[in-house]
This record gives sequence, C-alpha cells and structure tokens, in this order.
Amino acid sequence: MKPIRALVCAVLMAPGLATAARSEILIGSVLSTTGPASFLGEPEKQTLEVYAKRINDAGGVNGEKIRLIIYDDGSDASNSRTFATRLVEQDQVVAVVGGTGTGNSLAMIPVFEEAGIPFVSLSGGVDIIDPVRKWVFKPPHTDRMACAKIFTDLKQRGLTNAAFIAGQGGYAKSMVTQCRSVAGQYGIKILAEESYGPRDSDMTAQLTRIKALPGLKAVINADIGQGPAIVTRNAAQINLGMPLYQSHGAATQGYLELAGPAAEGVRLPGPSLLVAEQLPDSDPQKKVLLDYTAVIEKATGKPVGTFGGYAHDGLLLLVDAMKRAGSADPAKVRDQLEKTKGYVATVGIITMSPTDHLGIDLSAFRMLEVKRGKWAVVD
Amino acid sequence: MATALQILFSGLTVGAIYALVAIGFTLVYSSSEVVNFAQGEFVMLGGMISATAVAAGLAPLPAASLAIVATVVTGILLYGLAVAPARDASPIVVIIITIGASIFIRGLASVGMGKEFHTLPPLLATPTLDLGGASVQTQGLVVMAGSVAIVLTLWLFLRMTKLGRGIRATAANRLAAQLAGINPRVIVGLTFAISALIGALGGILITPITLTSFDVGTLLAVKGFAAAVLGGLTHPAGPVLGGLMIGLLEAVGAGYISSQYKDVFAFVVLLGVLFLRPQGILGGRAVERV
Repeated sequence: MKPIRALVCAVLMAPGLATAARSEILIGSVLSTTGPASFLGEPEKQTLEVYAKRINDAGGVNGEKIRLIIYDDGSDASNSRTFATRLVEQDQVVAVVGGTGTGNSLAMIPVFEEAGIPFVSLSGGVDIIDPVRKWVFKPPHTDRMACAKIFTDLKQRGLTNAAFIAGQGGYAKSMVTQCRSVAGQYGIKILAEESYGPRDSDMTAQLTRIKALPGLKAVINADIGQGPAIVTRNAAQINLGMPLYQSHGAATQGYLELAGPAAEGVRLPGPSLLVAEQLPDSDPQKKVLLDYTAVIEKATGKPVGTFGGYAHDGLLLLVDAMKRAGSADPAKVRDQLEKTKGYVATVGIITMSPTDHLGIDLSAFRMLEVKRGKWAVVD
Repeated sequence: MATALQILFSGLTVGAIYALVAIGFTLVYSSSEVVNFAQGEFVMLGGMISATAVAAGLAPLPAASLAIVATVVTGILLYGLAVAPARDASPIVVIIITIGASIFIRGLASVGMGKEFHTLPPLLATPTLDLGGASVQTQGLVVMAGSVAIVLTLWLFLRMTKLGRGIRATAANRLAAQLAGINPRVIVGLTFAISALIGALGGILITPITLTSFDVGTLLAVKGFAAAVLGGLTHPAGPVLGGLMIGLLEAVGAGYISSQYKDVFAFVVLLGVLFLRPQGILGGRAVERV
C-alpha cells in the first residue's frame, strides 16, 4: 500500500509545487463572457488582459510577473461558484478580481471568505459590501448610490412624485428594492412600480399606464441591456411629457446609439469616465480616465464603457495593495486593500476602511444629461 | 379613449412581432412533425447579419439580401448536416437536435458578430404616426403588413405551385407522397430553407423595434412558439391569429391589470384554449394540415 499512498500524495501535491516553483503571481477571475451578461463581461475581460500585459511589460509587481486565470461562467451564478472553487483549490490563486453580475459575485463570496483570499468584485449590488465582509471589496458604484443621486436631483428640480419601470433581472430588481428603501430619506414618493420581461419589445402599455397617474412628475427606468433603449424610445413615442431618468446601467455608448434622438434630455447618474474630456484639467481623475480611454480604444477599437472601467479599477487596486504589502501573500494584500487611501480610479477616488469596503461616496457619481446625442455634465 | 387606443396599438405591435416569428414554425412542423427550435436563431441571424453588415458600411438593401441568403444557407446546412442524418429517429429526437443546433448557432454568432446590441433604421422615414390621440410606430405597421404578405405568399405557394403541392402531399401522407414520386427528404429540406427565409425576413423587419443581439432568438422563439400553438401549428393563418392574441393579452394585462403578471395572464388564456382545443384555434385534423 505504501508506494501507492506515496504516489497519491505526490500527485495531489504536484500542482501546489508547480505553482510555488514559478515566480508568478496568480490572479484569478470569473467573468460572464458568454450568455446574456456577456456584453458586460467581454469588456471586463479585455480590460483585465490588456492591463495585465501592461503591468508585466512595465516589470510586473514586486519583481514578479502576474498571470491571470480567467474563467467564463456563461452568466450563470452556479457556474461562478464552481469556478471560484477551482480557482482556490486547483489553481491556488492569491487573489480574485471578477464577478460580472451581482448574483455571480454573491455566489462566489463564501468560497473566498472560507479560503481567506481577497476578492475584488466588479458587480454593482450593495449587498456585496453591506454588511462588510472581511475578504470582499468592490470598486463599482452601488445601486443604492444611484438611487440617492437620482433622488437628490429629483428633489432639487421639485419632482418628488416618481414612478419606476424596471426589468426583471437581478440588477433591476435590486435597484428598485434599494430605491424603495431610501426614497423616504429624500422625500420622494414612489407612485407606481411597473415591470417588463427580459426580451419585451414594446413598453408603451406600461408607460401609458404610468403617464395616466395624477400628480406624477418623473419616471425612472432601472435596467441594463436593450431594455433602457426601448423604454426611452417608447417614452418619446407616446410623448411622456415628464423627465425620464435611467440608471448607471444605461451609461454606455451603446445606449446612446440604440435610443437615438429619443434619448435627448434623459438624465442618469454616471461615472466620470463617460465625460472625461469635459472635465477641467484640475480634476484629479482626468488623467486616469483619459489614459484608460486611450489604452482601451487603441487595444480594442471600441469605445470605453463603465463596466470595463470597473475591471481596470479592480485589477489596479489589487496590484496597488500588493505593491504596498511588498508581497502577494493573501492576508497581507487584504490588509493593504483595506488601507487603500485616496487611490484615483475610474469610478472615483477610493478610500477604504475596516467599515467601508466600497471606498467611494456620492461625489463619485455625476448627474449626466443627454444633449445632442452626447453625455453632458449637469452638476 | 386615447389610453385604450395606445394600449391596443402596443398589443398589435408586439403581436405582429410574435406572429412573424411564429409563421416560421408551421411549415417545418406540417411537413415533418418537428418543431424546429432553431427558428428563433433564423430570426436572430436575419437581424444580426443585416445590422453587422450595415455597421460595416453596406447599404441596408444589400445588407438585408446578404442576411437572407446567409440564413437560408444556414437553414439548408441545418437540415443537411443535423436533421437529415437523423431521419429515422422520432420527432422528439429531431426536436432536441434543433435545440442543440440553436445553441451552436448562437455561440457562433456571439463569436463572429460580437456580444453588443444592434439596431437597424426603420423602413419608413416617419418613425411614429398619430392615430386618434395615440401614437403607433410605423415599423409596427410594416411588421403587420409583412406578416400578412408572408402568410398570403406562403398560402399561394402551397396551393398554386407544384413544389407547394409536393409539400402538402408530404404533410398529408409521407408514404403515399413517396409512392407518387415525391422525395420527402428534398421536401423537408425545402421547408427548412423556406422557414429560414421567413425567419430572416422577420428578423430584419422586427429589429428596428426589438433591437437585436446574438441571444435575441431564444425568448422570441418561446413567445413565437406559444403563438403558433395557440393559433394552430398546422394552419398558415394560425400563427398570425395566435401572435396578435398573445400580444393584445399582454398589453391589456400590462396596461390595465399588472405588468408584473402580464405573461401569466397571457399564458393562462393559452392553457385554457389548449385545454378546449389541443390543436389550436385554427388547427385542423391531421389530414387537413397546411
């Protein structure tokens, strides 16, 4: 029996030895690069790959090269969890950056919490960092912040009666729940919540119903994908007659193209990335934003989007923490992530603390309005 | 009144889209008792190839022609490579093959044409029309006219041409048709090609309203299939009736009852009708199909 046991041991230990022998820092990632969320996961993957190469070309991290291991979960949260386990047990990564959808991130969190590996999530849902979890951080703006930003703007314009029209996906549902919970704090009354299916092609029936509500002043659409563009077109078609707000999920060049002239006057809370060129030169973020835009547009030939920006921030936050820690040891990197202070990213200026693993506040969002087919800063 | 009219138009627009997707199901089903679940992929290919070609600088008309030709070729390949080799298998096996093929086509499209959403310009210059205080998208009217034109052409083709009569003969009795000198493999292959043609046309017409991406086919196919079953899978006008009914039910449900449950509302009616008439509203007995 003994030789067999030794052999088994050797086989089991081999991957671990192989990993240790290489002087590489293994960073894992699980993204939705196929399936319904792939239009979000794809730019994230491109960004990670482009920036990993840039980091290595510039000499790596602490003298070691980084190597990305990226898995595709097909937009399915149960796959995310399987790949998370594989990253931990088989690939033995030291840190993970990824999780396209909120559901995908939430499914992976227990795996990384148990293994003690820092996880920088790229999803929007506030549930990822509230309550604070020891090993979990995230740069993206939360849906609750988007609600707060929209409600602040509504209040300033005196439009305190609003209605929601939302998709049925996780992003839309989470945003509506968050908005409902903070509406009172901003003195906003939500008069109606309408919804539509994932591939519905006409929302005029819902919008007509909303339009008929007495005293309604504004309509908010929470969704990602093609839904916001169709809602925007339908609102113009039936002449809604009141301001339409979108969420940051619509903050993409694609939305402007798909919605066309109907988007004129639509407002949404968006990241500075979309309006980088319009920022004053004194803005501390401007350089980072323009650099990222130039790098990605050169590498992919496509315009930058919010979601690719999240991946940029996630990877660079990790690398920054590794540099400050002077090593890639998971526990040390986690401690340094938590001490991140004044880090200039595409989402805003990030300052983490033991009670705040998001690190940005409402000032990271800008209220944008579509003017002549382009994003313009309102405040 | 204007509200009611607006909701009616919404229902008719959506219904016309479902109808256009649904028409494609009937032909293959009639001649071979197979529900071709790759039908939604034909719709996707029509819209996606056109949109990609337009984005690459082609004018809309050549782009649409290219999309139609490419989709018909895909339909013939689907039959020749995947369905024909399994001709001795039961319809359920062939249905599963078409599901597999649809996943394959979707994967290829996502790799070849990207994962972003696309759109096409509407056919008419005026995007919306004002009718009695309500507003309707002109493209919705185009889709409705397109569905009617396709159904009429299909009907004439099946009644008036030799090939059409061959399809009907195969649908009525495959063995007898074979004895009369009709090659059922050619006929079924032809129905796949025509279904692909109808799907591609539909995809091009609906894209200005629905927008398109590589995964648009699946859910459209589900709704289109429901519409075809409701109206009757074996009657050429069945899908149009079924599509318009489901579209109207959804719009009335969303506009007057609750948008959360609009799909439930439509499917309850679907189940009720099928309980009373399993062959669909217009569906006839087996011998009379097509």
